[in-house]
Amino acid sequence: MAVIRLLLALLVLGSAGTAMAAAIEMREFDDPVLEKRYHSLIGSMRCPLCENQAINDSDAPISGDMRERVYVLLQDGRSDIEIVDHMVQRFGEYILYNPRLESRTYLLWGLPIALVVVGVLVIFLLMRARRNASSRKLSAEESARLDALINRERS
Amino acid sequence: MKRRLLLLLPLVGFLLFSIFLYRGLALDPSHRDSALMAREFPAFTYSTLEDPQREVDLSLLKGEVTLVNVWGEWCPACKQEMPQLLDLADRGVRLVGINYRDTREKGLQFLEEFGNPFELNIFDPDGDLGFDLGVYGAPETFLVDRDGIIRYHHTGYISPADVRDVILPEVEKWQ
Repeated sequence: MAVIRLLLALLVLGSAGTAMAAAIEMREFDDPVLEKRYHSLIGSMRCPLCENQAINDSDAPISGDMRERVYVLLQDGRSDIEIVDHMVQRFGEYILYNPRLESRTYLLWGLPIALVVVGVLVIFLLMRARRNASSRKLSAEESARLDALINRERS
Repeated sequence: MKRRLLLLLPLVGFLLFSIFLYRGLALDPSHRDSALMAREFPAFTYSTLEDPQREVDLSLLKGEVTLVNVWGEWCPACKQEMPQLLDLADRGVRLVGINYRDTREKGLQFLEEFGNPFELNIFDPDGDLGFDLGVYGAPETFLVDRDGIIRYHHTGYISPADVRDVILPEVEKWQ
């Protein structure tokens, strides 16, 4: 029984290993900067088929095609922006993990900032209200009452 | 009294936000419009599946409303879709195929076995035309109007209900 379980475990590990190997091709780069850009680009694009996987670790054929295209365009001397545009033109904004700032995404980018601003404002107002309340001078009647209370405690 | 009502504001905000998020749950992430919607079909020059000597280009898709179907012999859903495509061809819809990531031999064999609703097939063995179309699986279908502009995009298998409820009305609309 234990042997069967061990074999099954090995089988699962083995198939996971081949799946991972399939997703990563060997690519030659003369320039380490180019290589770095390649890895950052394929890490920033979502596979159009697999819902939430970057194309750098997806087995889908389309991810392979996209990695290949990124590589070719890099070798061709295109800038990162050009390469991202090339992909978005074909597969849509969907593939970007960091959506670009444009009219459709103002809310997306602006809302968190707006919420932080509102939060800071609320805290500021609360603090001011509290400080005003605590620094208010006591009236003569109130001080007399306070003195009386303190003295009663002491005696 | 007015200040009391003000206290309800966070609750209202929360409810609005909940409705917004709840609606998000109904979205189907696998159905999104093509990035090429309302844009011209990408330019191409390829040979046809049927005749390696014959080259076709974008002018093929101009002058007539055309349904462009991306298929491959390796794609099981494409086989199930064939009866619907044959039905559409019977109803007079013009169909052009893109034989995607396939070999000539397998592609032709597929048409022999499952029928051929296509006027002709563009042969795209490396998937380059598919890439320019933003195709990420097969089958996918594009409706191209008489000016070569993409007007409708269907991802995945076209069911008999899709033919009746979606495809035919769309073809009609751009006719």
